[in-house]
Amino acid sequence: MKLLGKLDWSAIPLDQPIPLIASGTAGGLVVAVVIYVWAKGWMPYLWHEWITSVDHKRIGVMYIILSALMLLRGFADAVMMRSQQALALHGAQGYLPPEHYDQVFSAHGTIMIFFGAMPLVIGLMNFAVPLQLGVRDVAFPTWNNVGFWLTATGALLVNLSLGIGEFARTGWLPYPPLSELAYSPGVGVDYYIWALQISGIGTLSTGINLVTTILKMRAPGMSYLRMPVFCWTSLASNLLIVAVFPILTATLAMLALDRYLGFHFFTNDAGGMPMMFVNLIWAWGHPEVYILVLPAFGIFSEVFSTFSGKPLFGYRSMVMATMFICIVSLFVWLHHFFTMGAGGDVNAAFGIATSIIAVGTGVKIYNWLFTMYGGRIRFEPPVLWGIGFIITFLFGGLTGVLLAVPPADFVLHNSLFLVAHFHNVIIGGVVFGAFAGYEYWFPKAFGFRLHRGWGITAFWLTLAGFVLTFTPLYVVGMEGMTRRLQHVDNDLWDPWIILAGLGTVVIAMGVAAQLIQLVVSIRQREKLRDVTGDPWNGRTLEWVTPSPPPTFNFPVLHDVHGEEAYWGMKQAAIAQERLYDEPDYKAIEMPRNSPTGFVTAFFATIIGFALIWHIWWLAGLGFVGAYATFVVFAWRDEDEYEIPAEEVARVDRARRAARGPEWLAAMETRA
Amino acid sequence: MSKGPTPSDVASVYLQHGPYGQRHDPHGHGYAEARGHGAGGPAPKRVIVGYGFWIFLLSDIVMFSAFFAAYAVLVHQTAGGPTGKQLFDMKRVGLETAFLLASSFTCGLGYVAAAMRKQIQTQFWMLVTGLLGLAFVILEVTEFYEMIQHGAGPSRSAFLSAFFALVGCHGLHVSVGGLWLGTMMAQIWFKGFRPEIMRRLLCFNLFWHALDIIWVALFTIVYLLGAGA
Repeated sequence: MKLLGKLDWSAIPLDQPIPLIASGTAGGLVVAVVIYVWAKGWMPYLWHEWITSVDHKRIGVMYIILSALMLLRGFADAVMMRSQQALALHGAQGYLPPEHYDQVFSAHGTIMIFFGAMPLVIGLMNFAVPLQLGVRDVAFPTWNNVGFWLTATGALLVNLSLGIGEFARTGWLPYPPLSELAYSPGVGVDYYIWALQISGIGTLSTGINLVTTILKMRAPGMSYLRMPVFCWTSLASNLLIVAVFPILTATLAMLALDRYLGFHFFTNDAGGMPMMFVNLIWAWGHPEVYILVLPAFGIFSEVFSTFSGKPLFGYRSMVMATMFICIVSLFVWLHHFFTMGAGGDVNAAFGIATSIIAVGTGVKIYNWLFTMYGGRIRFEPPVLWGIGFIITFLFGGLTGVLLAVPPADFVLHNSLFLVAHFHNVIIGGVVFGAFAGYEYWFPKAFGFRLHRGWGITAFWLTLAGFVLTFTPLYVVGMEGMTRRLQHVDNDLWDPWIILAGLGTVVIAMGVAAQLIQLVVSIRQREKLRDVTGDPWNGRTLEWVTPSPPPTFNFPVLHDVHGEEAYWGMKQAAIAQERLYDEPDYKAIEMPRNSPTGFVTAFFATIIGFALIWHIWWLAGLGFVGAYATFVVFAWRDEDEYEIPAEEVARVDRARRAARGPEWLAAMETRA
Repeated sequence: MSKGPTPSDVASVYLQHGPYGQRHDPHGHGYAEARGHGAGGPAPKRVIVGYGFWIFLLSDIVMFSAFFAAYAVLVHQTAGGPTGKQLFDMKRVGLETAFLLASSFTCGLGYVAAAMRKQIQTQFWMLVTGLLGLAFVILEVTEFYEMIQHGAGPSRSAFLSAFFALVGCHGLHVSVGGLWLGTMMAQIWFKGFRPEIMRRLLCFNLFWHALDIIWVALFTIVYLLGAGA
């Protein structure tokens, strides 16, 4: 047995300049940032206030930062794919050899779904849900931190594969038998498996945490039908996480057993069944789509209602549509493989289920339209993302219903039409929704708004780039171009492929505009300052608190009497022309910060890396370390600290001072 | 078309009652009477922890269900190798079952003793629980060892792959539970019956009983149906 398992110098891609330079640059940047932070003396601050923080708001922000980095990485992959296809015309081979191109599209899908979209959505839920529920934290604050760092571990492992070894060439879902050891002998699939297993534990713990938080921790008086719709959609999303992520864990465990110990779950020989993998993975994979998009629906509901100055139209039908989608999403997975021989009857059943799920979404779209109808809409960036979403998502939904018809699917499956469809719903739904949420809650998180002009620029560029990129893919897909092609030899498609490549450039300009927006906003933060904590004339409880909220969120828990708790309080204050009397301030106990999550993730990284490279002794060491970490955590005697009543009073009095008579008068005219 | 309630409608209730919760909750420990159904505010910690752990157990059961499904699909894929009927030793499996079910009983007795704050009794029953669990794991490992010795290891056929994965996954859970049990015993010994330790003990009990539930399904579907078929 070799000391380092399969790892040796051949793992470094010295003969391939692109991954070598990319990973070298990325690694260099990370080292430079760490050195810079260290030299500036920011390390203690980062460690005590962020890395070890158990505050749901900070964990939410860290999720979103992780997601932003991964979205950029995934977008770089997308640019490579589009430019490769646009350059490899008329028999040219482009700049990405097939085996590298295969890794690029596999990494693109994996990173975008698991480390771009998931942390983005989970980050927003983490940040906003406890605030909207009117409580001080999630049910399990330390676990929340552990979950974040395990997700970060997964992201780290995927990115390590760029410079050490290789990534999977199997697509973002490693279908066997291709992903079996016989056909993928390298470490690519193993990177995929362990990155997802480790981050999957993180996702599951978030799911358990938020379900428990929403069901067991709400402000007094907040019955189920008084929860903001974003909390409802988060509940649905997290219930789905709890219901389906264990299936992913089991499926990848089976694949790992096949690859590591010679099991025969999905092999061609000894009775294994590759089709079982496809069934199992999509039993997770389709609900996953709704895990991502339901919270986005919730964000749009909040945004449309707030910026139209009206309560959400059809609140109860919105809740029912959400739970309807939540349940039906578990019964449609087979539409991902209509062509794989299940037979006409089965296909018909799943085709119908798939079409029916669009009814729930249709209800929501009408509710959003009626929410805006008759309102005084303020066209701030969140609303623009929302309106852009309604239009793009409508097309994505319609092409989805088309693909749900099995005979049509037989023609269009595995084509760029399909690729265009799911980008249409994921970008148009999840990403636009998350960007709306980012613009909407940014002032709450940091105490200043994002620059409006750059936000609008970013929206229009992204929307235009999106249409420009994916409309051509619909066309060539309709004409029979399949997905995952390293180069295409069909002159008739050249203009479309080049157009799609140009669209990516426009999207890149949108990305740049959003980065510029962030920089400009930070530089102009005094001008954009949110003094009152209620910059948008909000309706839900997160706008009661100052921006950024104190650690304890609320000095006293509020009483909830209606669907829009804060709106009611605000109207009462306006009617009385003053805020309600000060409460009786008392000391508050909050959970202590803990390095458990970071240390666990450190050992999880070691375990993952060791398993990928078959370094068994190191994996054992990692497990011992992880266990020791938990024992140390379990042994601590003090897990809470007290915030004195004077401090609580100081924070709340400052907030009350900012909400003086002028503010109330201004709110009255806007209402 | 209705534009929803007027500002004075939504304001009136707050004008009467004020915006603050009627009860103050300085420690964030929740309201004792609140059970999370909405009206009472955040539930107490014990309820939150127990509830969250139930959700985890449900997710664990979902994971097992995937292994069960795989087993059901692959049970006849013996690739010319031995079937369950030829392999299963029902006496041993019966003994395993007895040990595991008995261990759940003693685990419950341990919790009763802990609820009465009796250190020695608690330690005793937890030790018995651990030993019964160990006996179960030893029997299972012998079964695996003998099967592998007879050329019926997991790489022999898809049926055996599914069998080893499903039963092994349960055995792994029992083993990890044993590690947890030992850690808990030490914790109770050194730290006493503190509220957070009692909550963990509650979770451990739930976990151990859930493993029983899984085993009952496993015993029925894998062994009873397998030996009969």
